[in-house]
Amino acid sequence: MPVMNIKDFSFTYPGVDSPSLKNINMKIRKNKITALIGPSGCGKSTLLRSMNRIHDLYPGNKYDGIIELFNTDTNEMQNILDIKKENEFIELRQKVGMIFQKPTPFPMSIFDNVAYGLKIAGIKDKSELEGRVEQALKDSVLWKEVQDRLSKSAMGLSGGQQQRLCIARAVAVKPEVILFDEPTSALDPISTGAIEELLVELKKDVSIAIVTHNMQQASRISDHTAFMYLGDLIEFDKTENIFLNPKEKQTEDYITGRFG
Amino acid sequence: MRLIINKIVLGLSTLSALIGLAFLGWILITLFMKGLGSFHLSLFLNDLIDGGLRNLIVGQFILAGIAATIGIPLGMAAGIYIQEYGRGKYAEVIRNLSDIMMSAPSIVIGAFVYAIIVVPTGGTSGFAGAIALAIMMLPIVISTTDNMLSLVPKELREAGIALGASKYKVIVDIVIKAAKVGIMTGILLAFARIIGETAPLLFTSETSNYFSLDLTESFPSLTVSIYDLANEPEESSRDLAWAASFILTVLVLTINLAGRFITRNKKR
Amino acid sequence: MEKIFRNLSLSSASLVFIILLGIFITLFLASKDAINEFGIGFITNPNWNKEVSIDATDKSSQSAQDFSLEDDFLADDEDDMILDEDDAILDEDDMLFDDSIKKTFTDYGALVPIVGTLLTTLIALIFALPIAMGIAVFLAEIAPKNIAAPISVAIELLAAIPSIIFGMWGLYYFAPIVADLVGGYQVSLLTAGLVLGIMILPFMAAITRDSMNTTPDVLKESAYAMGATKFEVIKDIIFPYSKVGIIGSIILALGRALGETMAVAFLIGSIFALPTAINSPTISIPVAMANNFGEASGLGESSLFYLALILFVISFGVISFAKLYFLKGAR
Ligand SMILES: Nc1ncnc2c1ncn2[C@@H]1O[C@H](COP(=O)(O)OP(=O)(O)OP(=O)(O)O)[C@@H](O)[C@H]1O
Ligand SMILES: [Mg+2]
Repeated sequence: MPVMNIKDFSFTYPGVDSPSLKNINMKIRKNKITALIGPSGCGKSTLLRSMNRIHDLYPGNKYDGIIELFNTDTNEMQNILDIKKENEFIELRQKVGMIFQKPTPFPMSIFDNVAYGLKIAGIKDKSELEGRVEQALKDSVLWKEVQDRLSKSAMGLSGGQQQRLCIARAVAVKPEVILFDEPTSALDPISTGAIEELLVELKKDVSIAIVTHNMQQASRISDHTAFMYLGDLIEFDKTENIFLNPKEKQTEDYITGRFG
Repeated sequence: MRLIINKIVLGLSTLSALIGLAFLGWILITLFMKGLGSFHLSLFLNDLIDGGLRNLIVGQFILAGIAATIGIPLGMAAGIYIQEYGRGKYAEVIRNLSDIMMSAPSIVIGAFVYAIIVVPTGGTSGFAGAIALAIMMLPIVISTTDNMLSLVPKELREAGIALGASKYKVIVDIVIKAAKVGIMTGILLAFARIIGETAPLLFTSETSNYFSLDLTESFPSLTVSIYDLANEPEESSRDLAWAASFILTVLVLTINLAGRFITRNKKR
Repeated sequence: MEKIFRNLSLSSASLVFIILLGIFITLFLASKDAINEFGIGFITNPNWNKEVSIDATDKSSQSAQDFSLEDDFLADDEDDMILDEDDAILDEDDMLFDDSIKKTFTDYGALVPIVGTLLTTLIALIFALPIAMGIAVFLAEIAPKNIAAPISVAIELLAAIPSIIFGMWGLYYFAPIVADLVGGYQVSLLTAGLVLGIMILPFMAAITRDSMNTTPDVLKESAYAMGATKFEVIKDIIFPYSKVGIIGSIILALGRALGETMAVAFLIGSIFALPTAINSPTISIPVAMANNFGEASGLGESSLFYLALILFVISFGVISFAKLYFLKGAR
């Protein structure tokens, strides 16, 4: 079952003549990991950033087509490109979280980082906050390392820990989808391994879309893979099909490293 | 030949650094000798009318304090607008105007406040002096806030938005916190700058020989009194001016160093 | 909440615009009497607070000329120009009438303070520029880090010392030495300019160093790798690369020197007379304001506002010029 359905989607940055994404059709399936791969500049981040409309922080973007998100309250798909009101944007982003390439710990304590999303969502009760922060940190396999320094600044953590903290922060608000934009490209192999394990663990609860330049990573953890090139979606299929049995020549060239 | 020219030029610029330092040393040593020579604890206990400086020091702090209370929130809000909300021309124009305002002659700001406050209210007042200093402080705080906020990576803002925070929440809870140390340093430097100002106070607050907390009257000012005292013929007045200058300089440099210190400490 | 916050910050930002505009309008209105009386000729008139008799015919004809100039000037930005002209003519009649009885009137002109301001600034720049460049080069390129850092702080502290301290130190300790060496008065164009130079020196050095530090290390390294000496790297790589920023910094320092009051007030002598030599006393615009604002009234006060307006326009122009042409990409 898809939680997100992207239909005939095109995207144009302000001041650019041609669209950076052209007629994209793909789905993010529930409790699965969907990987987006492709050469640099092909539009992976652009697509990912459309899925929670973080683009709208900067004015003048042009969206065409439809991006649907499953609404658990009404049990219907809802087009997120229709959103105009501030509070609807906030709701959307609470449902669709995002993790960036570089860790983005907020300048506050570890506890407050994880509690931040909960607090702005209106949760004030202290014991509930504590419970959910602990759960989120456990879910992101960070609890053991930070449980006795929760009130210390998050800046003191290592890069890998900071990234898991950001994941805990995103998980804490119980989103339906989390978008990862090259979450491990700034990390060492051990931290990368930890995050990969974490993602596989997390998909029990959320659906995941991840942009990665690391073919092994895509093949190791993802269930579906989309290959993009120059703003087009070339092929979208089960990961094993993409890697073992690609239908398109371009896909094959790219994953076998024969790409220009 | 190339190497000789190289040596000469490098020697010259080292020499100019030494000259610069020599002037600093000369000024500070003069201040110390003259200032400490006339320095006395009773200066802090008596008002100018009794040969002390108490009212002037308190007055200068009050003037600068009120200016800061007005200038800091307004300046920060304006800096936030320029960096976080402003898009396109208007923010850019304000940014440039603010930089120009920062370089406006302080005496002109004094004249402006004289015309809009002193003349209509019928006389010099502490209030007018504080406003003049606040106008001096405003662009400094704006530029600090603007610069420090621009150093906050945009991913941090996006991460906040991606969690469902509103823009205002992201600015207040995340961006300002991330830039806090830099902004605080800038504000301290701005405070150090305005507390040593004389020209904008000359005909706005003037100064007073007596202790006063009444902002509607001429208000005691350390810097203005230094100017008056230094121009008096008696040796004793000039000694008092030196002592006052010494105290003022120590104050300004201490605040300035404190500002640098918090950045240094935080960076580690 | 979001809206309130946004609007609050927008209004604070607009405050900058309002204040600047306010300064301009206020100074203009407050100097209106003087502008009407003296017109543009104010700038070239060397008198100040001087009783001029009506027989000084060249003067009165000049001021009549100024009038017509002034009316053109007003016509540009005032709708009620016709009214104004009427007023002006009336004024003129009044004045002539007055003069024919009293035979004198008080004359004000800005030439002396303008010349004093420009010359002190010029002396300050000539003195400070080479030393400031030297310091900046020393800090950015020559000194090892552990020496450059404390010296940088020292230079910045020198920049933080209140200007009144420079004035006092200059009058009592620096000027006597200069006067001994050069002769002439202790209070003079020269000593005022030099102390002003010492005052802007650290400021200029610090911002010049900042501009130089923007040169990318790879650029310098590739020049060194070709066997260039330090001086050649400075001359051929760093200066060309940061030239624009350095010029901007110099103009900023110039703007600061133009408007400086206290450092100059102690030393310039405060007499309304054109300097006959580099070591003779004169006055600058800020000092003229500082010393005369308290006692002035009527036309005298209005003339001081006119001076303030001139200073404001000059400094606004200089700084905008620096910002527009040199410091565009500064951030
Ligand atoms: N803010 C922007 N304004 C205009 N064009 C942009 C903007 N951001 C990205 N682009 C263009 O859009 C295209 C897609 O960029 P995008 O960042 O999505 O690529 P990507 O696949 O994520 O690449 P990478 O693997 O390097 O992160 C590129 O051609 C890029 O130049
Ligand atoms: Mg990308």
